[in-house]
Amino acid sequence: MKPHELAELAHLRRARDLIDRDYAQPLDVPTMAARALMSPAHFSRRFRAAYGETPYGYLITRRIERAMALLREGSSVTDACMAVGATSLGSFSTSFTEIAGETPSAYRARDHSALEAMPPCMARFVSRPSVSRPSYEVPSRIREASRRIRS
Amino acid sequence: MTISLHYANITVNDVDESLGFYRDGLGLDVQMDVANGGFRWVTLGSAEQPGLGIVLSVPHAGRSQASGDALQELLTKGELPMMVYGSTDVDAAFERLRDTGAEVLQEPIDQDWGPKDCAFRDPSGNVVRISQV
Repeated sequence: MKPHELAELAHLRRARDLIDRDYAQPLDVPTMAARALMSPAHFSRRFRAAYGETPYGYLITRRIERAMALLREGSSVTDACMAVGATSLGSFSTSFTEIAGETPSAYRARDHSALEAMPPCMARFVSRPSVSRPSYEVPSRIREASRRIRS
Repeated sequence: MTISLHYANITVNDVDESLGFYRDGLGLDVQMDVANGGFRWVTLGSAEQPGLGIVLSVPHAGRSQASGDALQELLTKGELPMMVYGSTDVDAAFERLRDTGAEVLQEPIDQDWGPKDCAFRDPSGNVVRISQV
C-alpha cells in the first residue's frame, strides 16, 4: 500500500477510536471529521469505504450496543437511553428497534443467559449489532428492513 | 507432557517505530534482532515469562504482495485482534507508555467485569490492553 493510503486509514481509525471513546457525548460528523483531518463530506465517504458504514451509523450502532448491555444488566429503558448519549427516547427506541430487531423493553425482558455465561468483555463483541455483521439474534426480515433504512 | 505458549506474533508496519512502543513504553526486553532478506526478525520478552518470545514482523514478510496488502490494510484500520498484557501496577504502566507519546484509547479504570485496565494503540494500529494482575 502507498504511504498516503496508509496515512488516510490511520486518520480514519483515529476518528473511529474517538467515536468508541466519546459515543455518550454529543458527537457530530464535523467533530469526527476534524479528528481525521478531513472535510465532513470526504470523511463520510472514506469512512464508509473503509468500514462499510457511515460515521453516524457507526456512532448509533455503538450507542445501541452499549444500551443493549445496560438493558441486560437491568437498567430501565430511560436510563439506558440517557447513559448512551441519546437525547430523545423516541428516536432512541426507533434506532434500537431498527438495529436490534426488537423494542428496548422487549429486549430488556428477554432471557440473556447465554451471553451472561461469557466473560462480559467477550459478550460485548458477540452481541455487537451491525448491519454489515448481523447478529444471530436478529431475524433476517429485520436485517433487510434495517438495511433499507440505513443505506 | 507439558504445553505452553512459546512465541506470539504481532504484525507491525515498522519495526523500529514499534520498538519505541514495546521496548521503551511497555518495558519489554529485546531478546533477538536479526535481519534476513530485507525483512527483520525482532523478538521481545519479559523476565516474568522467560520462555515466551513476542515476535514483531511486517505485513509483507513471507507473503505475496496481495496478501501483505490485505493484512496491512486490516492492521492500519485497527481490525486485528488485541493483545492483553498484565501488570502489577496498571497506573505506572499507563504513565510510562503515555509518556512515549502512544495513542491512548482508555485511561486506567476499574471495569465492572473485573480488574482495572487501560488501553492503547501501538503505532501500527494494534490494540494493546494492560490489565491489573
